[in-house]
Amino acid sequence: MSRLLQALFGRLPIGWLQLSHNRTRFAAALAGVAFANVLVFVQLGIMNSMGAATLRPYDFFQADVMISAGDANALADGGNVARQWLLQAMADPDVADGTGLFIANVPWDRGEKDISLTTFGVDPAKPGFLSAEIAGDIGLLQVQDAAILDRLARGLGKEEAAAIRPQSPLAFETQGRTVTAYATFAGGGGFGGDGYMLVSDQTFLSLFPARASAAPDHILLTLRPGARPEAVIARLKTLISDPSLRIRTYTAAAEDDLRYQQTKRPTGIIFGFGVLIGVLVGLVIVYQVLSTDVADHLREYATFKAMGYGPRFFLGIVFEEALVLGIMGFVPGLIVGTAILTLMGAITTLPLAMTPSMAVSVFLGTVVFSAVSGAIATRRLAAADPADLF
Amino acid sequence: MDSDTIVEARGLNHWFGSGEARKQALFDVNLTLKRGSFTVLMGPSGSGKTTVLTLIGCLRAVQDGSVRLLDHELNGAAEAELVALRRRLGFIFQAHNLHESLTAAQNVMMGVQVHGGVPDGLAQQAAIHALGLVGLSDRTTYLPANLSGGQKQRVAVARALVASPALVLADEPTAALDKDSAAEVVDLLKRMGEARGTTTLLVTHDNRILDRADRILTLEDGRIVKIEERG
Repeated sequence: MSRLLQALFGRLPIGWLQLSHNRTRFAAALAGVAFANVLVFVQLGIMNSMGAATLRPYDFFQADVMISAGDANALADGGNVARQWLLQAMADPDVADGTGLFIANVPWDRGEKDISLTTFGVDPAKPGFLSAEIAGDIGLLQVQDAAILDRLARGLGKEEAAAIRPQSPLAFETQGRTVTAYATFAGGGGFGGDGYMLVSDQTFLSLFPARASAAPDHILLTLRPGARPEAVIARLKTLISDPSLRIRTYTAAAEDDLRYQQTKRPTGIIFGFGVLIGVLVGLVIVYQVLSTDVADHLREYATFKAMGYGPRFFLGIVFEEALVLGIMGFVPGLIVGTAILTLMGAITTLPLAMTPSMAVSVFLGTVVFSAVSGAIATRRLAAADPADLF
Repeated sequence: MDSDTIVEARGLNHWFGSGEARKQALFDVNLTLKRGSFTVLMGPSGSGKTTVLTLIGCLRAVQDGSVRLLDHELNGAAEAELVALRRRLGFIFQAHNLHESLTAAQNVMMGVQVHGGVPDGLAQQAAIHALGLVGLSDRTTYLPANLSGGQKQRVAVARALVASPALVLADEPTAALDKDSAAEVVDLLKRMGEARGTTTLLVTHDNRILDRADRILTLEDGRIVKIEERG
């Protein structure tokens, strides 16, 4: 390590030698930086998982344009949309097909614990609006009270889920009816429910008698090949006379949902603050270590000053220390952070995992906050007056 | 200032503090140090010895009077010029001030690397050679914590002399040493000074050192009251 740093800096790696001289303090400093990294990783992991969980249900469907109520900030939020606008939209020559999408949560009494399934009511005659995995089983939903169940739903055993097939369906009570799951798909627990379920729109209306077939939660449209979604949306906005409706591309709707979850929902803001606090903790820890180190070596620094070493030399030492702390503290932080996220993911079924982009961004952030701490700590160097040595 | 003169101070006055608390520490000090000379500066505590040393060593700004060091006027000199001049000096302090996490050789290397552009191998070679001259060739990889007081001070001497400075400024270098170590360190300074033409200005209370001096200056209450030529 010494030789590597010596080759890198072109001088004795005094920062490294200083840090590694007191091994107990060095280990404590690395543990501090690693702790800050773990904090950031966990908060970022939760934030990312919220993003992944938000976007996941959008993957169950395929559409080009989505029409939602004005207050529908998220897929499962907001009011209904009148089906008449679907018919109106179909009048556009570039709209190939359209369907209504119903969404609501149903409870499932699992004995020890109730779980909540976000349930989508879809038209089983329109598999083109569903992902390939789900579309293959959509015919099963023609049967009244049939369902396709999320095999990754929180609280549903792996073996129990694996056993669900048309020849060995799983029946359960919900909303006063017996629903029978004939097939499964890969979903996973989110922040708004423990998993997902797909039923036909007719089954959905049976489960929720208060809902009307004329008022789905969203309208999904597919466009003819070659059609420009922006141009179609512009025409639809003139065609549909309710100006309060949100008419967006399906992708834009997903992005809006994600932005809403991250910036408007308390959970997103809390996790965002968590990341900020992690960074601040790291900043304080590195600053404390460096500034104590500078204070402990003031006489040596003053000696170097007397010998003719200039400010750049001292800045170099402190930055070297900051980099060593940042880089070496990152490695255990990454390992522990990955372990915690994996464990949390297994327990919650949330899509919690260490991603390369997270690792890279936290690493860069660690180097930056270490350098900032180092820059602040160098202010103490001014106290090293060589005249005081005599 | 002739070419043989390393330091020439004329009419040097210095004050500490400001306002009513302002106190004059030096009064019209005049002194000259010739190349290769070994000068001892004596005097009671508070007489201004250290102030003279720090002014000549470019560690304080000259307020009044003139100090010419290696043909550079220090009164009004820019900080960068003072830093550059300090690189041509060797400092030995009462405390060895070695860096605790650097080995003896690495501490001495710092005296070479301050000049920049010196390859590591060469700096290390010079450091090991200097440590050999002070009798520590078998201690080059030792950390200061594993050296005796006398050995540490010898490392400090090697650090001060490794780059062949024009002037060595030493402040009570033997204060913390036993009789034998003190004699060894002073002899070493004297011997290496003679061999390399280095000028030495040494502040001390230690009478054991006086018989090694070419010249003894006595400072009292900020004034040079006695100059004794011994050479």
